[in-house]
Amino acid sequence: MIPVQDLFASAPLLIIGGSILIALILEMVFDSQSSIVAWFSGSALLFTAYWSLYHLYDRGFAFNNMISISGRTQLLFFIVNFAAAVVVMFSMDYIKKIQTNYGEFYILLLSAVLGMMLIAAARDMVIVFIGLEQMSICFYVLAGFRRKNIKSNESAIKYFLLGSFATGFIVYGMALLYGASQTFSIPEYLAHVETLKSNPIFLLGSLLFVIGFTFKIAAVPFHMWVPDVYQGAPTNVTAFMSTAGKVSGFAALITFLSPFIDYSARTTGSAKFFMPFLATLSVLSMLYGAIVALSQSDVKRMLAYSSIAHAGYMLIGLSALSYEGVDGVLFYLVAYTLMNLGAFGIISILETQDEKMLKIEDFAGLSSRSPLLAAFLAVFLFALAGLPPFAGFFGKYFVFVSAVENGMTWLAIVGVISSVISVYFYLRIIVLMYFSKGENTEVVSVPKSALLGVFVVFIMFVIMSAFPQKFEGIIHTIGLLTY
Amino acid sequence: MIPLPYYLLISAFMFIMGVIGVLTRKNAIIVFMSIELMLNAANLSFVAFSSFLGNIYGQLFVFFVMAVAAAEAAVGLAIIISIFRNKATVNLDEINLLKW
Repeated sequence: MIPVQDLFASAPLLIIGGSILIALILEMVFDSQSSIVAWFSGSALLFTAYWSLYHLYDRGFAFNNMISISGRTQLLFFIVNFAAAVVVMFSMDYIKKIQTNYGEFYILLLSAVLGMMLIAAARDMVIVFIGLEQMSICFYVLAGFRRKNIKSNESAIKYFLLGSFATGFIVYGMALLYGASQTFSIPEYLAHVETLKSNPIFLLGSLLFVIGFTFKIAAVPFHMWVPDVYQGAPTNVTAFMSTAGKVSGFAALITFLSPFIDYSARTTGSAKFFMPFLATLSVLSMLYGAIVALSQSDVKRMLAYSSIAHAGYMLIGLSALSYEGVDGVLFYLVAYTLMNLGAFGIISILETQDEKMLKIEDFAGLSSRSPLLAAFLAVFLFALAGLPPFAGFFGKYFVFVSAVENGMTWLAIVGVISSVISVYFYLRIIVLMYFSKGENTEVVSVPKSALLGVFVVFIMFVIMSAFPQKFEGIIHTIGLLTY
Repeated sequence: MIPLPYYLLISAFMFIMGVIGVLTRKNAIIVFMSIELMLNAANLSFVAFSSFLGNIYGQLFVFFVMAVAAAEAAVGLAIIISIFRNKATVNLDEINLLKW
């Protein structure tokens, strides 16, 4: 018999799980052109987002300590569900435009969200694995959702082969971790860190595990799939993969590293053997992402390289292996999710049926074609560049501070240098939008639901930018509840 | 009884063969088979550890890995078929519309 409090604690998971089943039936009963599945999944996602925010300060374990419901989990639930709800708003018109208006889209989206939520809540390797695979398999299908389009096919096959290659690393890493620690429960590592940290099998296992997840968060040198997949996949799917997908990759890494962070904080002994590895990945990702993005001509591809660079900044916070670092990463994840969703959402509105409006030159003169979208896009790009009044800047600030406090000033310096480089390619689009005349002067037709999505993201983003300290305070408090 | 390190060595060998297969082969189906080999190497490690540690959870995990690998194979083969319909090839060198 499952205890009632377990069911209550895992309510967000159950709501999304139930919604998938109901959505399947709705898709079967109603005809394929009706948008009832979209409305249903959108409201289920918004409700779950609200639920997890309402229960932000709850904590507890469920199902034999396999699932933990803590503040951090609820925050991650909120980000993932909010991002998915906004993507539903973007998709309602977009998937009609690209002639793939099938209800399965929303069902796959909901399943991917369930997988991400499992990863965020997991405190046990089995759950991490199941959640990861549920998310990835849905993403493989979604990337190839435009099944008559050769680019979408190509993106799906590349994502599938490299994604399951990464899964192979993760599973083998889990096998070695299991052999060394004799347990699948992640919090139980804490009791044995002293013996485990000199155990070569354990070190090799954690290395493979972390490598597998750096594939998922798109950090150099495991980034090869990112530009191709982000460019080829339908834009609304890219918006979802690049935000929620990255959030759940980081969620898994934070979960795995948290016993070692606890260990470093509570004892004088150091568990910083991950530090050099994570710091190297972080430096490579920041510089590579920022420099290669300079030479891109496709907007989606440019944003893909920018997302590699952002993974690098977030890895700074992780490699500090401190509570402040993790708080910084969470703040950065929320900010990054909002600004990337906004940017990709606007691109999905502008994109035409025959895949025009995806080159950077096509953005010339956008301010006269659609002043509103140009203004929103300018804000999101300024924020991605990390310029001061916006939340993107505060995210960078918090992770850089955590690096400096942990004696890694050089890492923060590399971060600042690469942000300076990255300002160029974001500003290039803004300059084109406002200060040059385009050949195309046709007014953009903006679908209402997608505009609402952009607007919701924008409001959230403005609130977050206006009160960064308060937001950081909340993240810090729920972080303390988690440890 | 055969000692644990032998099983681990076999499993590591299988894993490395899988990695080499993914990195060097050009046919999508063979690459996919190499990935399955990597997963089965992990399964072998799980079972060996489970048996030698007297801990049942490792064997339990293997069932999850097998179920998930089956789901992944279903989706993966569907993706390979859809690209074959549009392009009439599964050679990864010819699937290069998106430049690296």
